[in-house]
Amino acid sequence: MPAVFSRAEIARIAALAHLELGEHEVELFADQLGDILGYANQLQPIDTTGVPPTSSVVIEDEGERADAVVPSVDREIALANAPDASLEVGLFRVPRVIG
Amino acid sequence: MAHTTLSAARTAWQVGAHSAVELCEASLAAIADQDPVLGAFTEVTADRALSRAAAIDRDREAWAHQPLAGVPVAIKDNLCTAEVRTTASSRILETFVPPYTATAVAKLEAAGAIIIGKTNCDEFAMGSSTENSAFRVTRNPWATDRIPGGSSGGSAVAVASGMAPLALGSDTGGSIRQPAALCGIVGLKPTYGRVSRYGLIAFASSLDQVGPLTWTVADAALALSVIAGGDAADATSAPHPVPDYTVGLTGNARGLRIGVPRDLLNGEGVDADVATHVQQALETLKARGASIVDIALPTAAAAIPTYYLVATAEASSNLARYDGVRYGFRAPAEGRDTLRAMYCRTRERGFGAEVKRRIMLGTYVLSAGYYDAYYLKAQQVRTLIRRDYERAFEQVDLVAMPTSPTPAFRIGERIADPVQMYLADIFTVSANLSGLPAISVPCGFSTEGLPIGLQLTGRHFDEATLLRAADAYERDANWSVHRPPHVGARTHA
Repeated sequence: MPAVFSRAEIARIAALAHLELGEHEVELFADQLGDILGYANQLQPIDTTGVPPTSSVVIEDEGERADAVVPSVDREIALANAPDASLEVGLFRVPRVIG
Repeated sequence: MAHTTLSAARTAWQVGAHSAVELCEASLAAIADQDPVLGAFTEVTADRALSRAAAIDRDREAWAHQPLAGVPVAIKDNLCTAEVRTTASSRILETFVPPYTATAVAKLEAAGAIIIGKTNCDEFAMGSSTENSAFRVTRNPWATDRIPGGSSGGSAVAVASGMAPLALGSDTGGSIRQPAALCGIVGLKPTYGRVSRYGLIAFASSLDQVGPLTWTVADAALALSVIAGGDAADATSAPHPVPDYTVGLTGNARGLRIGVPRDLLNGEGVDADVATHVQQALETLKARGASIVDIALPTAAAAIPTYYLVATAEASSNLARYDGVRYGFRAPAEGRDTLRAMYCRTRERGFGAEVKRRIMLGTYVLSAGYYDAYYLKAQQVRTLIRRDYERAFEQVDLVAMPTSPTPAFRIGERIADPVQMYLADIFTVSANLSGLPAISVPCGFSTEGLPIGLQLTGRHFDEATLLRAADAYERDANWSVHRPPHVGARTHA
């Protein structure tokens, strides 16, 4: 397992995570992620042959609920926290995506 | 008057000894006096609290039968409160005012409690010291050069210093129990599903749980009785009926079998004072009628790496929603920005270092080529940890450990070394990985005068036994009479 990260690897992960890291952070995270994963490598020798993964610890299933239409948040309220919204049209505004 | 328990405060209102306005004013005065030094609150909702208190006082009849009428409470700032700013101590949510209230908070308000303010925490609850808040430093009232623990550090300090008799926190890997231990109070993480997570800002959804921080076990039982229960808005909440958890507090531990994982306790990194006081607490429980049994939790030693792989994977997914479009901070446009450039710059500027580190780690362990080796492996080890506890609970009713391997460390001491910081969670993360309820109760002080916590872990949905044992211990040991020295703005002026 790699416990050493190259700058290129850090840049690849940052791109996947939608983070624009500064130079300093690239250096820092290369070291720190290496340390953390080096530490996490102690899991590798544990025998997990045939052991199912646990993704959730939900003990009791609440079961199915009625498929009823209930009121939700009003559009005006939903838009109220947006950094850039068109209240007249009722949409979130973002930088141009096409063209 | 500010130095009072939850039970005492509600009784004071019920018998008419104090009005809700007086209780709120006492809390607000304690905050005005101490919080400039301690930094527990990110926002104090004085006007809202006083007007609600006045309304409750005006209509005593209607509120007379509500269990928490007139009592001021503090809420960790990752629980949504409609009309009150909710930031999760992050720049990216600095201006966020939620359109709805978290179910646990709404239940407190329906029971007559009054929100006095929102408490500081590690950004998005990621941390063990509250040093990762984007906004302020929170100090331990027992020694103000020390961290209060985290991530619910502000909630723990608010209660420990008498600014509020009850605070809500959230616990993903120890974030209620560890700050409670380090501040000398009681912190309860309920069974996964016992309390609705609706309106809790998600960090790691399979681990997160909401719970109370209080002075006494009886107060934790009272608070849990109010906030527990199934919720149509949270599909992972459990439909079990909610008992009155205060009824079973008999002061008696007779017949209880308490397991002690000796290997873990004797592991490196456990402070000698912590080991001594936990051992003394076990003797006390024995004197109250419990039997103490050595048990093995062979995989629990691997709980920290398991936790940090699972929790960061879930965090990287949960935090993808902060992109500067629907709410929160958006980085100002630069030239002809693309949508992608806006996302990346917003997240770069909006998140702090620890959050970015965890998003990076989580993204990596979920990425093609590494998923099986890290994420899947951690989920399999998680199964082994659960099985360790299942086997233990065939033999015993509760498992006892320290809450934290050390008392509160100094501010700044571990911030540069993430792995050192993560080691603070060695005894707490297994309960989250297994979904089990666990409580931290004060069990003494280190030679330096810093609080130490005993942790008890119980079976799924058996909070009643957990609370009964913790209460029996507390009555004997009575550590809760010890309060931190007064830390006031006046004394530091």
